Amino acid sequence: MTGISFSRRSVIVVGGAALATGATGLLVPARAKGVAPTPSMRGGSNNYRPGAPIVDRIGGGGFWMTGSVRRAGEGAPLPGQRIQIWAHTTEGHERDPQSHGATLTDANGEFRLEMPQIVPAFGQPHGHLAYDSGEFQTVFLRPIMASSKDKTLAAHFVLQPA
Amino acid sequence: MAAPIIAAATSPLLAWRDPIYIAAGFAGVIAMCLLLMQPLLAGRWLPGLSPVASRHWHRRCGLALVAAILIHVGGLWITSRPDVIDALMFVSPTPFSAWGVIAMWAAFLVALLGLFRQRLGLRFRVWRLGHTSLAVVTIIGSVVHVLLIEGTMEVMTKWALCGLVLLASARTLAKLRVWDVRRRT
Repeated sequence: MTGISFSRRSVIVVGGAALATGATGLLVPARAKGVAPTPSMRGGSNNYRPGAPIVDRIGGGGFWMTGSVRRAGEGAPLPGQRIQIWAHTTEGHERDPQSHGATLTDANGEFRLEMPQIVPAFGQPHGHLAYDSGEFQTVFLRPIMASSKDKTLAAHFVLQPA
Repeated sequence: MAAPIIAAATSPLLAWRDPIYIAAGFAGVIAMCLLLMQPLLAGRWLPGLSPVASRHWHRRCGLALVAAILIHVGGLWITSRPDVIDALMFVSPTPFSAWGVIAMWAAFLVALLGLFRQRLGLRFRVWRLGHTSLAVVTIIGSVVHVLLIEGTMEVMTKWALCGLVLLASARTLAKLRVWDVRRRT
């Protein structure tokens, strides 16, 4: 076995290169080749009601909440994950039970739930989404619509094991 | 001043809000209108009002402003307590909440300075500089708070009202020369 020989020069060159790369932030081990987990957003869990039922549609519909769920690291899509969704809509306040619903991701780790039109509340048109099923760490998102006239809003989860 | 209130009253957003949330929003709009009255009264710009009457109305409008702020925040508290707690703790995701909360505390201090002016025993011009400095914090904080919010006030009336508040405030500060704390000779 030839092995790797460390001459003083090779140690200095390789070590120096590694230090330089590390200093630029490119050599963070967990993220070097992977997808970073999504952190919860500020205010994301406001008016959360645990255990929202899985529904075909929240209320009368007309607006689509879409998104994806992937695993941190390799970024593989996660099918069958339960995502809970709520917002201030034309049919109720965030705190109202009828404003809440849940859906499951499909084989591609994507989800899509029809719900009533989101309207501006507390100064911004925004939605709330939660992953809170236990297998992965809990994440609360609070995406904002670019325009309150939008008919759809997207939010993407990258989860790490609990 | 009626224009922003009328604009807010005809906002389509009202259809999707319960009465408490609507009242909270209107309290905010009315507070902004009272914020326009305050520099006008302090600067005695309003025709037909004697200096004494101007000051009495300045005091009444100030108390009404504090009441409007309390109704605004109280109504929002009932509507969505976690959002108000976030705002009061300065951890809200909405950038305008911090401006509103700063403006609120400054307004309370302004009112307290007004209520305790005589008991504080400060020289008048020193007291006035404190009162107006905090009022400026309230005015700027409120204007930024209002402009960043997507709410019931229509864009045009909102910007017009904020412009008038800033204009009236600047002219009053200049007229009274509030920065001059020298004794009158």
